[in-house]
Amino acid sequence: MAKLNVAQALNAALAQALEADETVIVLGEDVGKDGGVFRITDGLLDRFGKERVIDTPLAESGIVGTSVGLAIAGMKPVAEIQFLGFIYETMDQIASQAARVRFRSLGRFSAPMVIRTPYGGGVKAPEIHSDSLEALFTHTPGIKVVTPSNPYDAKGLLLAAIDDPDPVLFLEPMRLYRAFRDEVPDEPYRLPLGKASVVREGTDITLIGWGPSVPLLKAAADELTARHDISAEVIDLMTLTPLDEETIVESVKRTQRAVVVHEAVRTSGFGGEIAAVLQEKAFLYLEAPIFRVTGYDTPYPTTMFEDLWLPDTTQIVATALDAIRY
Amino acid sequence: MGDVSELFPLIVRMDEDGELVGDLGLVTKQDLVDVYREMRLLRAFDERAWNLQRQGVIGTYAPFKGQEAAQLGATKPLDDSDWLVPTYRDWAAGYVRGVPVTHGLFFSKGHPRVGDVPKSANVLPAQVVIGAQTLHGVGVAWAAKLKHERTATVVTFGDGSTSQGDFHEAMNFASVFSVPLIFFCENNQWAISVPIERQMRAKTIAQRALAYDMEGYRVDGNDYVAVYNLIAELAGRVRNGEGPFLVEAVTYRLGAHTTADDPSKYRVEAEEERWARRDPISRIEKFLLRESLIDEEQIQAVDVAAKAWVEEVLADFKAELSISSSVLFQSVYAEMPQSLANQFDQYMKRVKEVGA
Repeated sequence: MAKLNVAQALNAALAQALEADETVIVLGEDVGKDGGVFRITDGLLDRFGKERVIDTPLAESGIVGTSVGLAIAGMKPVAEIQFLGFIYETMDQIASQAARVRFRSLGRFSAPMVIRTPYGGGVKAPEIHSDSLEALFTHTPGIKVVTPSNPYDAKGLLLAAIDDPDPVLFLEPMRLYRAFRDEVPDEPYRLPLGKASVVREGTDITLIGWGPSVPLLKAAADELTARHDISAEVIDLMTLTPLDEETIVESVKRTQRAVVVHEAVRTSGFGGEIAAVLQEKAFLYLEAPIFRVTGYDTPYPTTMFEDLWLPDTTQIVATALDAIRY
Repeated sequence: MGDVSELFPLIVRMDEDGELVGDLGLVTKQDLVDVYREMRLLRAFDERAWNLQRQGVIGTYAPFKGQEAAQLGATKPLDDSDWLVPTYRDWAAGYVRGVPVTHGLFFSKGHPRVGDVPKSANVLPAQVVIGAQTLHGVGVAWAAKLKHERTATVVTFGDGSTSQGDFHEAMNFASVFSVPLIFFCENNQWAISVPIERQMRAKTIAQRALAYDMEGYRVDGNDYVAVYNLIAELAGRVRNGEGPFLVEAVTYRLGAHTTADDPSKYRVEAEEERWARRDPISRIEKFLLRESLIDEEQIQAVDVAAKAWVEEVLADFKAELSISSSVLFQSVYAEMPQSLANQFDQYMKRVKEVGA
């Protein structure tokens, strides 16, 4: 057991996957010598060689499109897209190709692969480097969308994603890469995909989020307890697709109130889906509307206004109080 | 810079009059008798498929009429372990590699069985985003290289694909990683209504290879003998670790892009007539007649055989049409997630109500 941050936990998971299965390869821009722009693949080239850890040309569609072919023919590609904001370049190869291989071939072929990509704001990055575009992919049948919020989950979810028989988009919260450390077991372990986690139990309201929002939810829950004597339950979805409806519905049936938080822009964000599921399945339990705390419906701002744009603890607390007092 | 297209002279072995301007190479006279028959059968199928769309039996169909030599020449030299990554007009190529031509009808019918490629065939199901499969071809070939397998992969696409970013990314990845792949472009001159001169300023597609430091070849795509020999040679080299290669097969779509367009709107009859004289089947027929390898009576017999074969194909098609409505949900993921299972229950209730 070692104290690792998210970046180190992901690196450990990749190393163990490469070690255990010779069909696993890592490919992407700068993933070799440079170890990736966030150093997630640091040291893997030296350890596993250039046939397993591959610096590719600078072309996102090429990275994912060749990964589709590699996966169909029996390899297990773990592709890195440098920032989620660049994913549009390969939208067709993900949504119309990778996600449809199994469906198109009635199961004769499949494309088990992982697309890892950092996302989310708060690190003062240039334009297109901070966008949260998860809803594009939760809207895409055939692909799973997974996002950890801490080092322990990062390792367990990434190893599970690599094992998964279907393509997985693995979203890594950029500002949490080196934000804190957790005890992470040395040995490989897997956390189930499609399973949300109640990271804090509570009785008065359910705060739901994923990835970079989870630390905010915990801080908001702390504040609600300390200053308002409100017991908030916090749920980290961990997997957006397939969604663990049961965990959120059961929680909200108990607390009767919910706030969903995400960095992505509000309209057609995944928070809307959560709210829809809750009102369909827990309507008569609800004491207040499901509220959302999200990014605004503008393009992700230049860094000058980033802090004003991103959801913060204060907003979450205020919105939770709105729900409580509704 | 001089005219680089001169570096890619058209390779021809049998001209449009069925005269040998090169030798037969690896193709035997008996092969030609067999291939002639096979092309006639496939042509009959293609024409029938067109009519089936007109009768409302199937939906939009993309005919391959005129491209038989290119498709057979690109695939006949392949071994069982080799891969074909085709575009959606390549039912003749798929047929050679073990995919029944009924799949062309399933595709047009919107029938899920189109994807149910026989286990014995290393052929990907056709996908419709132009050029997207070129990257899949690179990946499949790359996997063979990483696994140290001696297999060749052929990825097929049309002239329109060469304008797509994915094609260029595929060429570049293939070149950078030296993957054992043959890019096989069926340049049929027209991308729906847009002629090749409007796709590119370059005179040939083959010369695109130069930019990727790849060997490129330009072959008469209506000359089975030339295409076969070229692909046989390149596939052998690819299996020995060489490649990638780009092949431009110069051919012509004798029919429409699909049943949904009328070529008379965008191209002139004189051009169609010129290409009709270069028909890949008639040149073999002329050769076989001159060499007394077939006679008029045998030609008539092929007509009869083609008709009968197409009837068999149609019978197979009809016999395989029935399929459970549940397949819609069963191959989205390896295991159906609970949230999808709930929708599946609703869907099956609806199926029951509608009586599908």
